Amino acid sequence: MTDRQSLLSVRGLNAWYDESHILHGVDLEVREGETVTILGRNGMGKTTTLRSIMGILRKRTGAIDFDGKDLMNRPLHHTARAGIGFVPEERGIFATLSVEENLMLPPIVSKNGMSVDEIYELFPNLKERRSSQGTKLSGGEQQMLAMARMLRTGVKMLLLDEPTEGLAPVIVQRIGEILQTLKQRGMTILLVEQNFRFASKISDRFYVMDHGVVTEGFDVAELPARMDTLHEVLGV
Amino acid sequence: MMMIFGIPIQAFLGQLLIGLINGSFYAMLSLGLAIIFGLLRVINFAHGAQYMMGAFVGFLLLSWIGINYWLALLVAPVIVGITGIVIERFALRRLYNLDHLYGLLFTFGLALVIEGGFRYVYGSSGQPYATPDILSGGVNLGFMYLPIYRGWVVVASLIVCIGTWLLIEKTKLGAYLRAATENPTLVQSFGINVPFLLTLTYGLGTALAALAGIMAAPIYQVSPLMGSNLVIVVFAIVVVGGMGSIMGAIVTGYMLGILEGLTKVFYPEASNIVIFVIMAIVLLVRPAGLFGRDV
Repeated sequence: MTDRQSLLSVRGLNAWYDESHILHGVDLEVREGETVTILGRNGMGKTTTLRSIMGILRKRTGAIDFDGKDLMNRPLHHTARAGIGFVPEERGIFATLSVEENLMLPPIVSKNGMSVDEIYELFPNLKERRSSQGTKLSGGEQQMLAMARMLRTGVKMLLLDEPTEGLAPVIVQRIGEILQTLKQRGMTILLVEQNFRFASKISDRFYVMDHGVVTEGFDVAELPARMDTLHEVLGV
Repeated sequence: MMMIFGIPIQAFLGQLLIGLINGSFYAMLSLGLAIIFGLLRVINFAHGAQYMMGAFVGFLLLSWIGINYWLALLVAPVIVGITGIVIERFALRRLYNLDHLYGLLFTFGLALVIEGGFRYVYGSSGQPYATPDILSGGVNLGFMYLPIYRGWVVVASLIVCIGTWLLIEKTKLGAYLRAATENPTLVQSFGINVPFLLTLTYGLGTALAALAGIMAAPIYQVSPLMGSNLVIVVFAIVVVGGMGSIMGAIVTGYMLGILEGLTKVFYPEASNIVIFVIMAIVLLVRPAGLFGRDV
């Protein structure tokens, strides 16, 4: 794992919502092809970390490098063009767009994206319902659509915020399979997830966040030995 | 004489036509307002002034360099649209992060400055703008006399409204606009240049107002205050139709124009207020507007 090249490197990241200081120097690293999960209780800065990396949260200091590019001084719409796709917790499916319009909305950023046919093969439900209004889909289908529309663009890395939240176990399992498929295709994934069992099946490494800093990082192999302390930290 | 509901049919159809023509302008203007409000969340009080500018630019193009009506239909909206782009880029943009009230106050002030400036230079009396030859005269429909230019206005405004609706509902650019209206931050995180989209939208909205203005020039006179009365009615229409609803703005524009015309036949005293009465009722019963989604 360690011989892989670093794709995303975050150092000393501080971020603020208005006056409240949320991130206090976050350091993390994601290597090419890895799936890394950020664990932590609610309100510890996991979502804020993703939003700051993406550049949605603008009040931030520190260093973010992605694929050799400095992301700090770019406008928001240049982050996707650098090769990062963001799937927000609320999924962000547009009600005034059809399923297919939602799928086709994000511009292509590289040639490495999946074709529409490949996407429909991976997500047959979406093909069936492609002319429905986006928000008429079930929660699980909306989550799949939110992921699918990023796959078309050819981004190198996905930031996924709580993809399994509020979904039935069978759908969670399906999303797990999809993420495995993406991994095999070489996609790099940074995941924020409360569902610890789900995350442990697909992740290569973990970070634990507490009060706006990363307190520890470890490989999946070390997971069994750390279960007790993790239960304590996460309160699961 | 043929009668309909106790009214001579000529008077009925005549007012129906006037209502339809007014409705054509209402629809085009409220369409632009709805597009601007939907994406920029700015209540564009300068819309009436921009409509007036369209008429004036057409008038000046004709009297200075002899650019005819048909060319002016194209050039005047482009010129006024460019002023809109400049206003968005250098002024409006700074207000997006503040309360909506600031955008309203700014555009209201802007309207006063623009209208005051034109009045200072050209006085408040109207300037005539000749109907293009090919559209002058009229046809006798048997039951009434239809001035050709007015028929043209109804047809052209329908084309403009349907064209704009298609642009927004059926094209990729329209999908960007609709998505950015719902969630601009997410759309920008996809790599779409949303600030540019906002500039373009304000330019498009003002160009639509200017197009309505140049089309109005041969019917009403070209005067600095021609938009200031109209814009209040148009705001009422946007409120009735539902803020930000494109189809709502178009349909409500025609509907209320016709209703206003018919009120002139049946109860002329109420014709100036009927739209506002309906606005009040809609606000009480259905605050999001007839076609609005809940805000």
